[in-house]
Amino acid sequence: MKRGLAAAVLGLALGLGVAGVARAAIDTYQFRDDAERERYQQLTKELRCPKCQNQDIADSNAPIAADLRREIFRMLGEGKNNEQIVDFMVDRYGDFVRYKPALSGRTWLLWFGPGILLAGGFVVLLVIVRRRRGAAAQGEHELSVDERERLAKLLEKEQTHD
Amino acid sequence: MKRWIMVVPLAVFLLVAVFLYKGLFLKPDELPSAMIGKPFPAFSLASVQGDRNLTQADLLGRPALVNVWGTWCPSCKVEHPYLNQLAEQGVVIHGVNYKDDNGAALKWLAEFHNPYQLDIRDEQGTLGLDLGVYGAPETFLIDAKGIIRYKHVGIVDASVWREQLAPLYQGLVDEAKP
Repeated sequence: MKRGLAAAVLGLALGLGVAGVARAAIDTYQFRDDAERERYQQLTKELRCPKCQNQDIADSNAPIAADLRREIFRMLGEGKNNEQIVDFMVDRYGDFVRYKPALSGRTWLLWFGPGILLAGGFVVLLVIVRRRRGAAAQGEHELSVDERERLAKLLEKEQTHD
Repeated sequence: MKRWIMVVPLAVFLLVAVFLYKGLFLKPDELPSAMIGKPFPAFSLASVQGDRNLTQADLLGRPALVNVWGTWCPSCKVEHPYLNQLAEQGVVIHGVNYKDDNGAALKWLAEFHNPYQLDIRDEQGTLGLDLGVYGAPETFLIDAKGIIRYKHVGIVDASVWREQLAPLYQGLVDEAKP
């Protein structure tokens, strides 16, 4: 009985703990319409918190993330477009704050690296397959007349066994 | 038998080892500042003492350190005595009191000595945002024309000053001399 109670209390405590962790930062902003709300949510998910580096600013409780959310809200209210807002952040905090880095000389490897690796893998695979095929084909040609006869005999034997 | 293929695992290992070794010395929590080479952002804010209004023009004329601090920041407390020391040596330091309670800031400056020539009061954090500040303490080095030349994140102590800031500061002082 006691044990059951303890387990229940523990479970509740753990549950509350998890709930606390899972909760994202909540602000109360009044948006003009759903489109603006969506843009706000999209932008805060695309921008990285400079302080707590593996969170987007929508998710972070750091004071700096709250400031940046407020700035984004303010700029949305001023009618700025997404590009202007992202540029504002990059001007201050660098490319680092973008979870979607812009395509530039420094980031092309990041964008195309995986594709290049995949293509390279395909090329290697193709080469290997071709080589094997080539080897197999060569092997066939190398069968001499004697060998063919032996092979035919062997096959015949097998058939008579059946 | 292709002998060279036996070297591949060793080569892969060495490559990975080099990158991991480099990784030991990375400081991912220190972002490169996007502000280097840009002019100090425009602002118009009161002083902490409340006796005057300060703008970016007040920072011009001499190379200086601009130290972003707050009473809520324990590391700022740690570096404060060293800033006092630098100020005594004649280094020009300005303070940006970042997102702080002004009463607490005044008390701090009275209690622990004020190393700053100008005390910028950035209660809302707007200047901090324009500077790309993401914590405190952060220390910017600006030249006589108000261009940001360097940024140090974290405590300024004797070794940071000696190894990073002092040579740059001295260079800017020499540069500013006619």
